[in-house]
Amino acid sequence: MAVNESSRVLVGVISNEILIKKIFRKVPPVIMLSLLWLLIIFVLAIFAEKLMPHDYTATNLRNRLAPPFFMGGTADHFFGTDALGRDVLSRLIHSIHTSLLVAFLGTMITAIVGTTIGFVAAHFKGWVDEVLMTLVDFQYSMPFMIMALLVIAFFGNNLILFVCLLGIQGWMRFARLSRGMALSAQNHGYAVAIKQLGATPARIYLKHILPNVSSILIVQTTLNFPQKIIVETSLSFLGLGVQPPNSSLGSMLSSGRDYLLTAWWIAIIPGIVIFCTTLCMSLIGDWARDMLDPTIEK
Amino acid sequence: MHYRYFLMKILRAVITMLLVVTFVFIVLRVTGDPAQAILSEDATEEEYQHFRKEWGLDKPLHEQYFAYLINMAKGDFGKSFRDNRDVRIIIAERLPKTIVLMSSALLFSLCIGIPLGIYSALHRNSIGDRLSMGLSVFGFSIPNFFLGILLILIFSLWLKIMPSAGSDSWLHIIMPMVTIGLGKMGSYARFTRSAVLSVLNKAYIRTAVAKGASRMRVIYRHAMPNAAIPIITIVGTSIGHIVVGGVVIENVFAWPGVGRLLVSSVATRDLALVQGVVIIVSISMVIANLLVDVMYGIVDPRIRISKKED
Amino acid sequence: MEENNMENTVVSVRKLVKYFPVKAEKLFGSRKTLKAVDNISFDIYRGEIVGIVGESGCGKSTTAKLVLNMIPPTAGSVLFNNKDITKLNPSKWRAMRLNMQMIFQDPLGALDPYVSIGKQIQEPLDIHNIGNLKERKNKVLNALDAVSMQKHMYDRYPHEISGGQRQRAVLARALIVEPELLVCDEPISALDVSIQAQVVNLFKRIQKELGITFMFISHDLRIVKHLCNRVVVMYLGKIVEEADSAELYSNTLHPYTKALISSIPLPKPVREKERIILEGDPPSPVDLPSGCRFSSRCPDAMERCFNEEPELIETGDNHRVACFLVNKGNHENAL
Repeated sequence: MAVNESSRVLVGVISNEILIKKIFRKVPPVIMLSLLWLLIIFVLAIFAEKLMPHDYTATNLRNRLAPPFFMGGTADHFFGTDALGRDVLSRLIHSIHTSLLVAFLGTMITAIVGTTIGFVAAHFKGWVDEVLMTLVDFQYSMPFMIMALLVIAFFGNNLILFVCLLGIQGWMRFARLSRGMALSAQNHGYAVAIKQLGATPARIYLKHILPNVSSILIVQTTLNFPQKIIVETSLSFLGLGVQPPNSSLGSMLSSGRDYLLTAWWIAIIPGIVIFCTTLCMSLIGDWARDMLDPTIEK
Repeated sequence: MHYRYFLMKILRAVITMLLVVTFVFIVLRVTGDPAQAILSEDATEEEYQHFRKEWGLDKPLHEQYFAYLINMAKGDFGKSFRDNRDVRIIIAERLPKTIVLMSSALLFSLCIGIPLGIYSALHRNSIGDRLSMGLSVFGFSIPNFFLGILLILIFSLWLKIMPSAGSDSWLHIIMPMVTIGLGKMGSYARFTRSAVLSVLNKAYIRTAVAKGASRMRVIYRHAMPNAAIPIITIVGTSIGHIVVGGVVIENVFAWPGVGRLLVSSVATRDLALVQGVVIIVSISMVIANLLVDVMYGIVDPRIRISKKED
Repeated sequence: MEENNMENTVVSVRKLVKYFPVKAEKLFGSRKTLKAVDNISFDIYRGEIVGIVGESGCGKSTTAKLVLNMIPPTAGSVLFNNKDITKLNPSKWRAMRLNMQMIFQDPLGALDPYVSIGKQIQEPLDIHNIGNLKERKNKVLNALDAVSMQKHMYDRYPHEISGGQRQRAVLARALIVEPELLVCDEPISALDVSIQAQVVNLFKRIQKELGITFMFISHDLRIVKHLCNRVVVMYLGKIVEEADSAELYSNTLHPYTKALISSIPLPKPVREKERIILEGDPPSPVDLPSGCRFSSRCPDAMERCFNEEPELIETGDNHRVACFLVNKGNHENAL
């Protein structure tokens, strides 16, 4: 018996290793590159304070609109300076920090709120479910941007409100997904079994159903994150998101618009960062979803 | 029985409109006194009292809600505090420009995206297919405001062949149209490609080919009509994206439409105007979606039959 | 056998009914009901193992769920220690789980794939807040020992252990709160034949050691015979026969029970046995035949059986049966 058991375990370990290797062998080069790019961006965002070569607010009117290094500028201001003589690279790093932080917090709010709503709908069923699903349909047909502009107009603008507002974007996808998965998990043996042990609904959902559906929710989160970046930068670009002196990639691009003819890099560099980051995240999210697809079918 | 399908769609549209107005009402009430929010700052006490009475602000909340619904149904959004003009008139002035821009953007994305998708499906894995699919990935990944800035930089500032702002001539519409439409074009192309490919793999197409029908005939008589149905659905879901794209892009190209009006009124907190634009934009979107649903119901006889079963 | 007085009755089922609505096939079609359990009454006495047998779809699993109050009955009552448990509020319902536990058919499905075996066995203690962390862990180790599992299974995950061990783990989880009643819904039918006997013997040993009352649901009369003191036979939502195990197998009265028993394969040619083969499938519980529900397949069906439904009557010796062959009527009876 004991020999039998240990060999079974051994087989399990070996097959797991093979599986991991297989997954890694299957990672296409594009995904590898995307991961690399995101790694750089996240390092810049997390260690922004330490990596900024200059103070991102320090102005120097004598050195305005200096060209970047690759266009004959100095290495001191690698990406040149803006209209107030501020170091573009430092501002870029700070903006990456702000944009990613805001988008990250917004995504977390969306995931938590959306998943909770989905679980609540699945648990109570009946009219609660009907009402919540009507709201989901409503949110699908009403663009978030329009709602956001309305709320910003009435409530004014501050960073906390802005993050909460971003938290609304895309909640319905999480709600619909988690509701569907909770409904199927409810009929699954373990939920029934644990319920009949006397567990409260909160315990069943948080300790059992949530871990079981987490991989799908994580994929949904990686798909939501780039959308958050787009929405945040769009609103900041319109001057309605992150407010000065703080700066985001969107507001940086917006302020660079006026100097397109003389210093195009001020606008184009943050634009490229937004583009590459969202593209890489979407590629990874799509890839991860495809990898998970067979399990979703089950 | 198929009117049941249309009835359900209309009912859903009405509920959505009601929810839009309710949402605006809630935002309006949560911020405080709607009279102060909607009226301009230099409104007289008389105007203030008149407004309160007309909107039923002295009455209990549910009556206020119904009064608000009636006002919205009448299209009475109040007056802009900047020039004290009726919000309806201001929006009506801007609306044609927006409609022109959005419909041309939609047309552009359809007219380029669908043929591109068909071409890719028919020449699968060719260089043309790879290129067009690459272009479509680029199209829907790039943030539209960044694309707009890029176009301005390249075509207006460097090549100097396109105007960068305004709406004076037909030339002005090209860049905003392309900017809004490119993202959608990409998704239409990809979607059309997969729709056509899946139809081409169906048995009846292979039968038609086996019977010796010409390639073109098979494509236009058999494959296209069947691929059209999923394509209409995806067009329906993209109206919202085009509207949102319009709001941002009108600001990039200084296009004097409703989107620009919305952003500037949010920035100046001209709340009556914001409220009017939000409601009009949302309701036109609901109606546009409804029209797509109705069209879908007419084109696809299957849903008329299958929907009544459940 | 024990006295059948009130104190010894753990569960008392009275006129229990459970109907499920069936979705209409057409939009305006008439609503139909599936009569899963239709007016049944029986008792379970302390310390016994009651077997509930019948073909799939006869309502035995629904009965199990009703006894545990996992679903509300359409009518009737379930008394647990003389208290009606069908109308408990959620927190009382949860507290009640300390007294009654269930073992499921599919042990893999009943275990959360993301939680280790030890933690899952401990879960009832966490839920009901019994003992401190050290005591809980000790109890889990004792429970593992009680179901003959080794200590190192504590850190395993459900997919890493065998089917028999999973069922042992589920059993340990149920036993850790020391329930009075343990309901087992086909606990071994999903297991490999080679380990079924082991698990059955484990059940038997545990019952003897702990004196727990068992309700054992199965379609396998062989195992029921080996394990149970008393057997209840169900057919299409009704009890057709109920007797002590030995009595039922030696003095089978209902034709359906006879057919079930005759279908037990016998080892080698011990004796010639007449096999009664039932024709066709049981009728749908949505469209029940008129009269006796078994009449459509009964080899001994009489005219009366197609018109009237037989009552469940006592024939002495704790033996009850619902059949006109036994029930005094205008026909000669089989007694």
